[in-house]
Amino acid sequence: MAIKQLSIFVENKQGRLVEITKMLADSGVNMRALSIADTRDFGILRLIVDDTQKACLVLAENSVMVKITDVVAVEMPHRTGSLNAALTVLSNAGINVEYLYAFLSSSGQGAYVVLRVADNAQAEQALKDAGYNVLSDEDQIE
Amino acid sequence: MSHNYYQKELETMPAEQIRALQEEKLRKQVKHVYEHVPYYRDLMDKKGVKPEDIKCLDDIRKLPFISKADLRETYPYGMLAVPLSECVRIQSTSGTTGKRVIAYYTQHDIDLWEECCARAIVAAGGTKEDVVQVCYGYGLFTGGPGLNGGSHKVGSLTLPMSSGNTDRQIQFMMDLKSTIICCTPSYAAYIGESLKEKGYKPEDNSLKAGIFGAEPWTEEMRRDIEKSLGIKAYDIYGLTETSGPGVAFECEEQGGMHINEDHFYAEIIDPETGEVLPEGCEGELVFTSLDKEAFPLLRYRTRDLCVLSREKCSCGRTFVRMAKPKGRSDDMMIIRGVNVFPSQIETVLLNEGYAPNYRIEVDRVNNTDTLDVYVELSPEQFSDTVGDITEKERKLAAAIHTMLGIHPAIHLVAPKSIARSEGKAVRVVDRRKLHD
Repeated sequence: MAIKQLSIFVENKQGRLVEITKMLADSGVNMRALSIADTRDFGILRLIVDDTQKACLVLAENSVMVKITDVVAVEMPHRTGSLNAALTVLSNAGINVEYLYAFLSSSGQGAYVVLRVADNAQAEQALKDAGYNVLSDEDQIE
Repeated sequence: MSHNYYQKELETMPAEQIRALQEEKLRKQVKHVYEHVPYYRDLMDKKGVKPEDIKCLDDIRKLPFISKADLRETYPYGMLAVPLSECVRIQSTSGTTGKRVIAYYTQHDIDLWEECCARAIVAAGGTKEDVVQVCYGYGLFTGGPGLNGGSHKVGSLTLPMSSGNTDRQIQFMMDLKSTIICCTPSYAAYIGESLKEKGYKPEDNSLKAGIFGAEPWTEEMRRDIEKSLGIKAYDIYGLTETSGPGVAFECEEQGGMHINEDHFYAEIIDPETGEVLPEGCEGELVFTSLDKEAFPLLRYRTRDLCVLSREKCSCGRTFVRMAKPKGRSDDMMIIRGVNVFPSQIETVLLNEGYAPNYRIEVDRVNNTDTLDVYVELSPEQFSDTVGDITEKERKLAAAIHTMLGIHPAIHLVAPKSIARSEGKAVRVVDRRKLHD
């Protein structure tokens, strides 16, 4: 059910991020969502793209450390309190969130939240039981 | 298992006979040096020692030491003991710790050196049927020429690859089915990594043994290299000042390196007082070349710290064994008052599952020493959560703290971002300026 996210190791030095985005741009990969975590020595770039396999290949060929991570993506209405409601569902089910990021749909009507949890199936079940639409495929993101 | 020797009679000579041989050679050598090296004659005169005072091996303690400083002082010809016209070759140190040292060789000295290397190759299982790939640097560095000459003496097919161009190394290794590889341990590890990257398994190559030296390495690194190349890894020791690699070499027991005692007399001294220490004590290794003609150093202080053992070796060789040097006394760093050898940090890294590619940076901030260790993260270790990686850093820092008693700052970096060495690895950067 979970969708695929690229997790990319980015050295903390000037110009490194642009090198990576250029590799993806040159290979025609389109990004749908992203977030970056930064630490003292490096960053972790997390991406949802339109062609995960191709992006992964291009990056690996260029000696970029990349791995594919399964994450939960859930759709919710774009209005006050939506995220709070969804997180309450997870919290009540005893599920800990490692990180999350959100983005709006292209229509601007809906929002998507990408969640990294220890047990994807458990989180997805809890959200579904609460009536949420959980995405099963990166292509469902609009 | 049958044992292989290059010169069985010498290598398995009873201990008393070795001593008698050493004594005879020492008396001749002291006379030769006294007569032909004015610099050393002055040192002896100052100590009030004459060649005739050296009657037995223990009398060697009366002789003055030679240090790296003396070699700098006498650069370039001051330690030469024969006319230049008798010399056929020079080799030289890299000069990383100061001025270069130039060593001179007569044809006799070259033969002696190459025989020592041949003993090392045979001890590692080499015969004339073998294909020996020498990827030590050729040129002034002694690594390439030494093993090259040794391999010729054994009659093996020698591939004079020199270091670098790893793709070509691998191509020759595969196409010509190299059976023995000679290089620095860090380069061996790098070749192992490259083979894996190209999709080769350890059993895909024809290598059976590797002879690795010229830089300090650990038992953990040995196991890593043995696994990645599918070989048995043998240590070899030497230094340009005494001839080059082959002063001591490991046998199949892998329990210390046999010193070629028919050519080199070894002592262990207290580095502070210069006093000779009894067998089994750790101290600075001192070598006397017993029969080299052109550049015969007496009591040369190597700055390598190690232990000697005369315990019987089941390989049948009677030559004394030296433990892997713990570190060169000038590799040792004193950080916050604690003696630290890079090899100790390397041991922790390998135990914790990291590749032996690292850089140590030492600095002084607000009068406190800082220790930063940069380590490459492997793709298998990489995680998408900051928490996982921070936890890895914490665990590694704790393991280094347990070993050294100092808290390091760990920096996990991308694979291949730390420069690989094709010769000797430069792993320590000390930015402290303590003597300005």
